Amino acid sequence: MPNTILILIVLALGVIGFVLGRQRAMASAGGNSRNLHSLPSYYGYNVACATTLPAMGLLILWLLVQPLIINSSVSGLVSDQASEEGASLDLIMSDVRRVADGLDTAVETGVLTEEEVEALDAEQDDIRDLLAGVGFALGSDVTPSTLEAAKSYRAMNEVGDTWKSVFVIATALTGLLVSWRMTNKDFRARNVVEQGVLAILIFAASIAILTTLGIVLSLIFNTMEFFRLYPASEFFFGLSWNPSFSGRGGGSELGILPLLWGTLYISLIALIVAVPIGLFAAIYLSEYASKPVRSVAKPLLEVLAGIPTIVYGLFALLTVGPLLVEVFGQKGFLGVDWMSGGTAVMTAGLVMGIMLIPFVSSLSDDIINAVPQSMRDGSLGLGATHSETVRQVILPAALPGIVGAILLAASRAIGETMIVVLGAGAAARLSMNPFEAMTTVTAKIVSQLTGDSDFSSPEALVAFALGITLFVITLGLNIFALYIVRKYREQYE
Amino acid sequence: MEDLAYMDRQMSTEQDIKISAKNVQVYYADNHAIKDVNVDIADKTVTAFIGPSGCGKSTFLRCINRMNDTIDVCRVEGAIKIDGEDIYDKRVDPVQLRAKVGMVFQKPNPFPKSIYDNVAYGPRIHGLAKNRAELDDIVEKALRRGAIWDEVKDRLDAPGTGLSGGQQQRLCIARAVATEPQVLLMDEPCSALDPIATAQVEELIDELRQNYSVVIVTHSMQQAARVSQKTAFFHLGNLVEYDDTDKIFTNPEDERTESYISGRIG
Ligand SMILES: Nc1ncnc2c1ncn2[C@@H]1O[C@H](COP(=O)(O)OP(=O)(O)OP(=O)(O)O)[C@@H](O)[C@H]1O
Ligand SMILES: [Mg+2]
Repeated sequence: MPNTILILIVLALGVIGFVLGRQRAMASAGGNSRNLHSLPSYYGYNVACATTLPAMGLLILWLLVQPLIINSSVSGLVSDQASEEGASLDLIMSDVRRVADGLDTAVETGVLTEEEVEALDAEQDDIRDLLAGVGFALGSDVTPSTLEAAKSYRAMNEVGDTWKSVFVIATALTGLLVSWRMTNKDFRARNVVEQGVLAILIFAASIAILTTLGIVLSLIFNTMEFFRLYPASEFFFGLSWNPSFSGRGGGSELGILPLLWGTLYISLIALIVAVPIGLFAAIYLSEYASKPVRSVAKPLLEVLAGIPTIVYGLFALLTVGPLLVEVFGQKGFLGVDWMSGGTAVMTAGLVMGIMLIPFVSSLSDDIINAVPQSMRDGSLGLGATHSETVRQVILPAALPGIVGAILLAASRAIGETMIVVLGAGAAARLSMNPFEAMTTVTAKIVSQLTGDSDFSSPEALVAFALGITLFVITLGLNIFALYIVRKYREQYE
Repeated sequence: MEDLAYMDRQMSTEQDIKISAKNVQVYYADNHAIKDVNVDIADKTVTAFIGPSGCGKSTFLRCINRMNDTIDVCRVEGAIKIDGEDIYDKRVDPVQLRAKVGMVFQKPNPFPKSIYDNVAYGPRIHGLAKNRAELDDIVEKALRRGAIWDEVKDRLDAPGTGLSGGQQQRLCIARAVATEPQVLLMDEPCSALDPIATAQVEELIDELRQNYSVVIVTHSMQQAARVSQKTAFFHLGNLVEYDDTDKIFTNPEDERTESYISGRIG
């Protein structure tokens, strides 16, 4: 039975449970809902939850566990072949699954019957041809053991699916029956539903947490793999980034410091641009601008935030870079020969700063608006001017939020990729000169993984190590932001 | 003889009028909150504003130091003069005005700064102290007058927002007197205070009267009777009666005043 149908059945049972539970509660109260402990629909929800939630939980669990069990028992069947041919077990297993899928399709489209599938023989029938006929192209001929494994894979799946349907529906029915029988006028359905709601919320929260955990773990494992192939000390303290592109490894220098330096340098310039402009814009908008100006200017600023970063990248490459060269380049406006090409730290930093302005301003604006009017009144009432009030009362009061906004902007700057690729160039370099091309961690992650490199080579795996370093840095930044905010709160609340 | 005495009184009040309001109207958008109020507030006296909640006491008080400028929808008409100068004149700088006319707000609003910095805020802005020692003196004196010195003298660096509601109220009083205003507007300054602190604040008000004029909004009839020389009764945006406090509390002319004082409206 397909899973969708199974789910629909369980939901239908839930609806039936709702109606039945409500009816039984009303009946036990003699038709007067005032005699009930909870509102009638709570009894319905209670039965509906008891019917659907455990059944759904079981279904999810089953879907997770069944493939694991079947895989491990089927791979027992082909492990001999794997060791004979020296091929990896994973590859053979994926062949097995593919053949099994092909046979499924063949049966479904009526090319074969179940009996014919049973009777298939790898020696006599050309299974590769047969499956190609139903749209499954295989890389090689099907060996007898693979075919046998595929057959038993199908059989096991079939059995598993049947039992799955039986158990899930049985669970739903049991839940329905038990909770229906528990329903009477003194049953505290409202409180039980409360717990059901709690369970759903916890489920959602744990999915969020588990995915994060999964991502972090996969980063960690791949990073450990990388450090087995490449010494960690050279990665963290190496002063040069020079991967070999042969794909065969060896001779690569994978020091993170030039990339980290580029990241921080560009982010710094971006923040130097974005923080003052964004903050001043926010102060103007929230404190000085009249209603009409504000109602036009604020959405306009927020439009800036909606521009895709690749557009900013183009802007950096085609407009800002050449403009900077015109000013700082050899025959430039200032006559100083500081800048030779349009791609430079300065270009990317400036454009990234422009990108971050609406980010900083819109967050700060909300925060400044949240400072109570009574605070302003207090300061103005003492004879302070508007700007004195802003500087000495409003900004200090809004500071934790503003620091948070700035650090959030910093996280964005550090994680930004497209602007860097187009604006700052691709050369990893440790230099103080902001008019030179440099590159960042994120840009290098992209360039290490694009192209057809082998994903188990250190040149590709280094991406994970770079990723986790970046992750740790942003995490540290966020923790630092929290710390500052909390310290400030303790002081003034 | 009687005429002479009357003349004399008339003269002296006319000379000592600090604030004079003529035909003041206040609108919040369409809401006509103050209707045609005329009042002369004398120098070196305490004037109490009483009246039921929502009758416009705070609104009128805020007109006197132009705090209503900060409310977009608020519109003030008529003339208010302080020392004979129209404060709504274009040439008057509201910032300067507010330094001269201090205000204690209905809700305590300490800044998110230390207790010391809260009190030193005004003096610093107006450059009242030449050095740190002088500033220390000003702060201590203000806190003493606000009847809160003993409670905070050991924690001047603690945040002002960490004080209790009543302490915050006294801190705001201290903050307002630290700038040495000529007129002090106090909007229910004792609403969160215990009897002892209230008595201390009333003592302060009495002391301030020696040099300044004080306008106090209060919901306590006893307090109005205790601290003020003049009382104004507001009702639904109108100034119903304005006279000597004794007269208002013993022999009011308007029956609305009498009903309010005896607890029938409000
Ligand atoms: N900021 C404002 N915006 C719009 N209307 C306001 C505003 N402040 C006060 N009002 C209106 O003005 C009228 C008078 O309010 P006000 O605050 O002056 O009353 P009050 O006499 O001080 O009352 P209370 O004793 O409760 O403090 C009320 O009807 C109120 O709704
Ligand atoms: Mg009020």
